[in-house]
Amino acid sequence: MSTTWIIVALILGFIVVFQIAKASEYVSILRGEEKTRKQNNRINGFLLLAFLVIGLIGVYYCNQTLKGKILGESASVQGEKIDTMINITLVITGIVFVITQVLLFWFSYKYQEKEENTAYYFPHNNKLEVIWTVVPAITLTILVGFGLYYWFQITGEAPKDAMVVEVTGHQFGWEFRYPGRDGVLGKKYFKEIREDKGNPLGQIWSDKANQDDIYTTTTVHLVVNKPVKFIIGAKDVIHDVGLPHFRLKMDAVPGIPTTLWFTPKFTTAQMKEKYGPDFEYEISCDQMCGKGHFGMRGIVLVESEAEFDRWIATQKPQYVQAMSMQAAPANTADSTGKAAPSTAGIALK
Amino acid sequence: MEIRLSDIEKNKATYKDYRILRWLTSVDHKEIGIMYLWVALLFFVVGGIEALLMRTQLVMANNHFLSPDVYNQIFTMHGTTMIFFVMMPALFGFQVYMMPLMIGANDMAFPRMNAFSFWITLFGGLLLYFSFFAGGAPNAGWFNYAPLNESAYSSTSGIDYYCIGLLLAGIGSVSTGVNIIVTVLKYRAPGMSLKMLPLFVWMSFVNAFLIIGALPSLNAALSMLLLDRQLHAHFFNVASGGSALLWQHMFWLFGHPEVYIIILPAFGIYSEVFQVFSRKRIYGYSFVAGSTVAIALLSFGVWVHHMFATGLGNTVNAFFGASSMLIGVPTGIKIFNWLGTMYGGSIRFTVSMLFAIAFLIEFTIGGLTGIAFSIIPIDWQVTDTYYVVAHMHYVMVGGSLFGVLSGLFYWFQKLSGKQLDEKLGKIFFWLFVIGFNMTFFVQHILGIMGMPRRVYTYPDLPYFTLLNLCSTAGAFLMGGSLLLLFYNIYKTARKKELDRSDPWDGFTLEWLSTALPGQKNFEALPEIKSRRPYWDLKYPDKADWKNDDKERK
Ligand SMILES: [Cu+2]
Repeated sequence: MSTTWIIVALILGFIVVFQIAKASEYVSILRGEEKTRKQNNRINGFLLLAFLVIGLIGVYYCNQTLKGKILGESASVQGEKIDTMINITLVITGIVFVITQVLLFWFSYKYQEKEENTAYYFPHNNKLEVIWTVVPAITLTILVGFGLYYWFQITGEAPKDAMVVEVTGHQFGWEFRYPGRDGVLGKKYFKEIREDKGNPLGQIWSDKANQDDIYTTTTVHLVVNKPVKFIIGAKDVIHDVGLPHFRLKMDAVPGIPTTLWFTPKFTTAQMKEKYGPDFEYEISCDQMCGKGHFGMRGIVLVESEAEFDRWIATQKPQYVQAMSMQAAPANTADSTGKAAPSTAGIALK
Repeated sequence: MEIRLSDIEKNKATYKDYRILRWLTSVDHKEIGIMYLWVALLFFVVGGIEALLMRTQLVMANNHFLSPDVYNQIFTMHGTTMIFFVMMPALFGFQVYMMPLMIGANDMAFPRMNAFSFWITLFGGLLLYFSFFAGGAPNAGWFNYAPLNESAYSSTSGIDYYCIGLLLAGIGSVSTGVNIIVTVLKYRAPGMSLKMLPLFVWMSFVNAFLIIGALPSLNAALSMLLLDRQLHAHFFNVASGGSALLWQHMFWLFGHPEVYIIILPAFGIYSEVFQVFSRKRIYGYSFVAGSTVAIALLSFGVWVHHMFATGLGNTVNAFFGASSMLIGVPTGIKIFNWLGTMYGGSIRFTVSMLFAIAFLIEFTIGGLTGIAFSIIPIDWQVTDTYYVVAHMHYVMVGGSLFGVLSGLFYWFQKLSGKQLDEKLGKIFFWLFVIGFNMTFFVQHILGIMGMPRRVYTYPDLPYFTLLNLCSTAGAFLMGGSLLLLFYNIYKTARKKELDRSDPWDGFTLEWLSTALPGQKNFEALPEIKSRRPYWDLKYPDKADWKNDDKERK
């Protein structure tokens, strides 16, 4: 439906412009060149005014139809501050925009070339220029200052009780690691990475802290109203943890861990009630990372404390799996389907 | 001034039999300027087709018109082409052609180096495009982040061609920069002090310093990347101790000044256009000139605002947030100066004036959305979404490309001796501007809704298809209106006789030269006493230097 409207509007637009052009062509034949130029001036001055009015109506219309449908309320406590910042900035820049544009269109309408209108001698005025330099500078300073203030809060130290999750990006997906019962993430080293030996993150098994770490992919489970700290890294190229619903974002840079903390406000179930059953919190990769970049998505599942505890109880540490894979290499060969299961001798080849 | 067609023909007669050889061997700044403009046009068509391919792919959700691999190549080539092989050559074309004319010189300081710069830029562009036949175009975005640009992750030779192509063009740009500086310093007409330079020349002059300051950083990064890829060095290879962020630092240390390298000469064009078509001198010359210098200096201190999401320290981010804000001020106040020039004028809405006015609209939008980037939490939220795409195009198209188009309609008479059709030009203008706004305005909304950039397709979320469809329709409207421009150029170029040499009642020296300047630009020059020497010559009783020129005291 809306598609048809756009196409209709487009065609109408074309027709209108061509008609205006044609009309002015006839006019110019009827009158002399000098007159036509004046006429032409008037038409274009008027068109500019019309452009302003239609543009403003269009912006208003967009705002009305899309209001509230854009992403919805921030789903994290920290995101609210960012929403406030965006609103304040929109208002201030909006005011500047309206002032400059109204002046522009007014000048171009009022001072167009006419008989009685000769150019006015007005080379410069230092006072005026100082004013319009200083006022924007101060306004901007205030905006940037507030920005920094909020930002230091968000990137500062996470609260002590925050849950810690390690997020690792790879081409093309997300992996997560929970520190397990001891609350400490074990050491890892990228040269230890062996997918086939059940060690996709390169955990160093001799580090005791690793033995209860829980590893998952694609979906990360979080607890509502509990601050969470992400420790973000990447295995291959630069990715970016984009959390549009929480208003947060941080690059995943190989070799340089970054951090980010926030407090989810609503559970996924609550959001599903509000926005329909298809709703999922999404982690989108926001940094071009290769062929599969467009499909590099993860899911954030925000649950109640009880649901989360139930889920984590079902998870086995990655250590257990890795050990079982190392203990029985025949099984590994098995799963690749290359070797016959009957004799270990063949499997070892 | 009388048109002396015979004189022009006499000058050119010696070449007549060497149609192709004449262009290949030319060291004349005007012919090189025209070749720059043709090359820009050629690559503009190619880059435009790439843009339309992308918009066709994005016309609806879950579309499969292009494969993801091809899509990545296309958007990389679109960005790289438009910046390095359209905007740069187009602006160089105007600078190389017009600058000597505007300062009363007969050629650039180093004509042979001028030709060298042009040819090496062209070959850079051709090499970049050769990658399509050599296994695949570069596919890691125009800023080509490490380590995605390493051979481990991009095994086709596309990125090698990217390195060599841009390296060649970069060398060409640096030598043009040097050429411009020396020309302005040494070849001005007698009596023309640096304070009397036309603003286009002044901005090109400042810009040339930016070029020779910024391009080497890119050239170094490209060489390092080439070493990494071909000789297994480890600059950007994290696994063997390189740094993934080093590329970003080097690239944006070049990349942010590059934005100004592309916009400053366009500002120069607007400054000329606003004056001539408001029939007034520029309002606040010293403010415009001075703020240009401020921009040039500050532009080297803002690169990290492209990297706020990389988790650099708070102090670093605070510093660069503040400097990004600072640079907004000298850029923004120029808008007031241009408005001041229009105030009390007698405005003629020629096509080039219309483009200049439209620029004021689009650039204000682009500038204000850009403010969001100096406020870190917002930058943080919208980086790498369509909001950035929208902002960038409002600045690059609404700022630079409109400047080139404005300059094209303003100076076409000097470039070819004939004037572009104003009526066709105005139809083109309106269609192009409407198409432009349709294409990019909605992308702000898409960005705030969270659509990441550079995705080859997107899920069918509410309003995504509608907004993307609107954007695609606008892109095709722009494409269609450009056909009108090409027809206009074709029609004008075929006209038999030359037009008046001074169609706009211009202020600066280029209009004093013959309709189509011959090999020698000027036979004799008037005494230069103000910033508008040709105006003084035409209207001696209204001459600027007779009026109380307060600024000179
Ligand atoms: Cu990614």
